[in-house]
Amino acid sequence: MEAIVVDDLRKRYGEVQALDGVTFAVREGEVFGLLGPNGAGKSTTVRVLVTLTRADSGSASVQGHDVRREQNAVRKAIGYVPQDSGVDGFGTGRENVLLQGRVQGMGGRDLKGRADELLELVGIADAADRVVRTYSGGMRRRLDIALGLVHRPRVLFLDEPTTGLDPEARVAMWEEVGRLAQAEALTILLTTHYLEEADQLADRLAIVSQGKVVVEGTPAELKAGLQGDAVHVELANGAVSAAQGVLASVGARPEQVLDGRTVVARVENGGRALPGIISALDGAGIGVESVSVSRPSLDDVYLHYTGRDFDTEDRAA
Amino acid sequence: MKVASDTWFMVLRQGRNLMREPIWIVMMVIQPMVWLVLYGQLFKNVTRLGGFGTGSYVTFLAPAIVVMNAFFGATWSGMSMINDLEHKVVERFLATPASRVSLVLSQIVRSAITAALQAVIILLIAFALGVSIHTGVLGCVVIIVAGMLVNSAFAGISQAIALLTRREATMIAVANFIGLPLLFLSTTMIARAQMPHWMQIAAKFNPVDWGVRAAREVVLPGTSWSTVGWHLLFLLALTAVTAAWATRTFRSYQRSL
Repeated sequence: MEAIVVDDLRKRYGEVQALDGVTFAVREGEVFGLLGPNGAGKSTTVRVLVTLTRADSGSASVQGHDVRREQNAVRKAIGYVPQDSGVDGFGTGRENVLLQGRVQGMGGRDLKGRADELLELVGIADAADRVVRTYSGGMRRRLDIALGLVHRPRVLFLDEPTTGLDPEARVAMWEEVGRLAQAEALTILLTTHYLEEADQLADRLAIVSQGKVVVEGTPAELKAGLQGDAVHVELANGAVSAAQGVLASVGARPEQVLDGRTVVARVENGGRALPGIISALDGAGIGVESVSVSRPSLDDVYLHYTGRDFDTEDRAA
Repeated sequence: MKVASDTWFMVLRQGRNLMREPIWIVMMVIQPMVWLVLYGQLFKNVTRLGGFGTGSYVTFLAPAIVVMNAFFGATWSGMSMINDLEHKVVERFLATPASRVSLVLSQIVRSAITAALQAVIILLIAFALGVSIHTGVLGCVVIIVAGMLVNSAFAGISQAIALLTRREATMIAVANFIGLPLLFLSTTMIARAQMPHWMQIAAKFNPVDWGVRAAREVVLPGTSWSTVGWHLLFLLALTAVTAAWATRTFRSYQRSL
């Protein structure tokens, strides 16, 4: 059973084609990650799914409800934790949760009990009656999640859940999200531009680049699709094509060139291939600054499928 | 029903936020006091010119200060909307089944309730300064209602401008631009008979003056209830129009997302 179905969404803002035919599906009960650099179209996709923004064309449904024609049914079925939190800084944590519950049609003892339960669950019960302006970034994020969950939605959208958090709070948040997915039997769609985060949290993920899904699968599948380790050879004098030839002759598959001086090649087993690569380069008289081997990471997956370096693209946006 | 209950919850939220700003409460009490006491003293002798219907300038002034204060309050009411837009509070509610209309209406209702509270404070100060209201309790109610209606009518405009521009600086410019001219093109501080002819005509089309006329009519002897009724009705109609405009601009804001 599919909790979210997205079919060929397109959306244009002026000159910018934010979504250029986004298509993917999320199964019930899984944590699905949309991974991509800033400006790839992840947040726009989420905003269409939570009924904030209308796509120009294409269709999408959440829990079987069409996001265009059955907006209120979608809004009841989902929790949305936006990138910019949207909590009322002058209210206390509890007041924010109670108001969120009220507009979701809850009330009375049910709502009060749920608020207590949630504030406990996300770990801010001690600060529940403090004004939100006094919260730390991590506490605010926890409150955001509580707001998204108050009406017991089946699907939760987390837009960049750990952006702006320090590394410690980020790791704590990952544990939190995993625990909540279990405790509340949730389907979670999360967007992130942290490769590590997608790797940690997502059961499956789609890599989004320039308004399109480039590839979809489990993190393990995506990495396995690369077949082997990456060898980065940084050249001293930029003899790129000579180096590529040498690498190919010893059984390594040259893939990309970074900054015009680093050749990336794929080999079955990096550790075993390395001595051969170094001596072959040496024998051909090609100067080498450094050589490194890495297990396949999502960085490599991104590079492989888009031909662009993730960090460079993320910073450029 | 959902509109009414959602509006009420939003009003409670905004009211609670205001109450958490001590400086704001102080301003809310002191500012009207300043208007009444300063203007009352400054223009004390102006009643000698005639046409004021009373020799006590503060009696003439008090109901108009209620309306003026409500008007000024209204021109700033969009600031709270801009704050909610900037902090994405509005977006968060838009992803819930919360009534869309309530997000705008609650701002106007909150603004009007604030105006009513300030009206009560001004009336209490006026009584302390020796003002008496000819029609008694009913008159007090009319004055407060006149203040609330003037406030709602202009709060609608302020909300619409907030939603169209979404910028504090623009809000401030507009509030300053319409504030004083509309005040001076009304009988707030001076009797109609003492205004130049063209201003008397202009005042007839000034909603601030509609409120002043309704409120002042109940203070002095010889109250014409039809004057009161008509002017309140004009204000009610204008409120409906500006609230509808604010709601429309909210839709265009939603489309821009």
